Amino acid sequence: MLENRTDTAEAAEAAVSEDQSPVMIRARGLRKSFGDFEAVRGIDVEVHRGESFGFLGPNGAGKSSTMRMIAAVSPPTSGELTILGMDPATDGAAIRARLGVCPQEDTLDSELNVRENLVVYGRYFGIPKAEVVARADQLLEFVALTDRAKAKVEDLSGGMKRRLTIARSLINNPDLLLLDEPTTGLDPQARHVLWDQLFRLKHQGVTLVLTTHYMDEAEQLCDRLVVMDGGLIVAEGSPLELIRQHSTREVAELRFGVGEHEALAAQVEDLAERVEVLPDRLLLYTHDGEEALAKVNERGMRPAAVLVRRSTLEDVFLRLTGRSLVD
Amino acid sequence: MAVTVPPATSPSRVALVLRQAAYWVTVYRRTWKGSAVSSFLTPLLYVAAMGVLLGGYIDAGGAQLEGAPSYLAFIAPGLLAAHIMQTAAGEVMWPVYGMIKWNKTYLGMIATPLGISDIVAAHLMFVLFRVATTSVVFLAVLGFFDVYTSWVGAVGAFLVQLLVGLAFGSVIYGYTAGLSSEAGFTVVYRLGVIPLFLFSGAFFPIENLSAPLEWLARLTPLWHGVDLTRMLTLGKLDLATAAVHVAYLAVMSAVGWWWSVRRLKRRLIV
Repeated sequence: MLENRTDTAEAAEAAVSEDQSPVMIRARGLRKSFGDFEAVRGIDVEVHRGESFGFLGPNGAGKSSTMRMIAAVSPPTSGELTILGMDPATDGAAIRARLGVCPQEDTLDSELNVRENLVVYGRYFGIPKAEVVARADQLLEFVALTDRAKAKVEDLSGGMKRRLTIARSLINNPDLLLLDEPTTGLDPQARHVLWDQLFRLKHQGVTLVLTTHYMDEAEQLCDRLVVMDGGLIVAEGSPLELIRQHSTREVAELRFGVGEHEALAAQVEDLAERVEVLPDRLLLYTHDGEEALAKVNERGMRPAAVLVRRSTLEDVFLRLTGRSLVD
Repeated sequence: MAVTVPPATSPSRVALVLRQAAYWVTVYRRTWKGSAVSSFLTPLLYVAAMGVLLGGYIDAGGAQLEGAPSYLAFIAPGLLAAHIMQTAAGEVMWPVYGMIKWNKTYLGMIATPLGISDIVAAHLMFVLFRVATTSVVFLAVLGFFDVYTSWVGAVGAFLVQLLVGLAFGSVIYGYTAGLSSEAGFTVVYRLGVIPLFLFSGAFFPIENLSAPLEWLARLTPLWHGVDLTRMLTLGKLDLATAAVHVAYLAVMSAVGWWWSVRRLKRRLIV
């Protein structure tokens, strides 16, 4: 459905990186301040054509501010930013013509029905009426909303609204699709449907850039990601690389009685590369979880429950950004 | 399926504004019935109540009514201009606020090649469309009451309404664009729209006010619209005064336009 991609990123051709694939986004020392508050404090990012790139981070990490600068709707405070080989400060409209934007909050128009939302939006890009109508019908099919074409937006479920927003962001056949927390607030079924659709887009060669604070989403969708915290990039790599760099292969989880964990941590300290004490369990970060468990048993400790699992991106995330709440 | 996205390097501003036609046509098709009562019927109730029925008791005319042959002929152009002010105001208060804050329609729009000035221009063009249709209906109905002295005057009065609508529409648009709470609309109505409606010479000659208040009335925008409309329907055009009225409303429109674009940009491009 996105066949007409032959002229993808012709302007980006000028900016070709070391590995020869066109650079869709290049940021150097990018900063964004709102008054005294510095939301983005100097980040370097490079996203290549066909890549699926993620910004991970807790609330307030600066992900959305970064996304809005990339969407050419928020001027950077300082630093360099090039989108599709162009400068958003001077070529904002030309950049936006080739972007698809799926914002964090739905901006669908409740005055219009489902299909009209797509057709009217397509007209903003100057797509001829007959084409945009045909395109709208294709996209409704793609996001499984064909039978809702004439429905009012307010009658749609949250998942349907997200799918419609994604369909709308595809109306201009974008070279670069920006998704700001695309599945926040959706139930598991709706999330999986959306992931499936995003995966298909990725396979059609669309460059995806998304923000999320769901680790499973990042592992599912991202080839490469950066973890942001406090306006800075604190780690960068593929999901697997990040796990290798910032966590161990496995994690052994030990549950003892409430209140005992703090005291018991000292007794297992030497069994793992790192031990983390939580109110309800001890986490032993180790290369071999079963071996660690065996040694725990040898020492006569009897945890009420044990679990050995692979390290996940969530372990990395919590390690890098901490467990305390960010409000 | 090939999709033609025109190279957005340099679409003209006019083209960008026209790209929003489908939006406004669709919105109007959905909402015109609701606006029909307030646009077309309410003002005619005023004409009937104040002009025909109340006017029947008012035994004045000529000198006391700025040369109008009857109270109806005096009040009709005033009601028209005042109603156009309210129509324009209504279109750029809650609807604009909603597109910024509730629906966030504008946020969707700025993610496309449309710029802030294109969005404001298309919205104000829709306001002008509403003003134009409302004026045509109002003027057509007044035709039955014999308040015009010439066709030219009636057409002139129509054009003046576009200017009145643009002047109020653009300034209040700018006000709304920077508003952080809808409570601000109450202020506009209580301190702006209603006092102007009552004291800008729509219902009585402003000479009836005390001297300072009369001068205050002469400084307010609606009086310029009312006086200009009345001059045209009564066929008593004073070119110098008319030129001042037109200049006042044109400058107000220009300032309102500049203010609207600036405030909406500050609101959305952060």
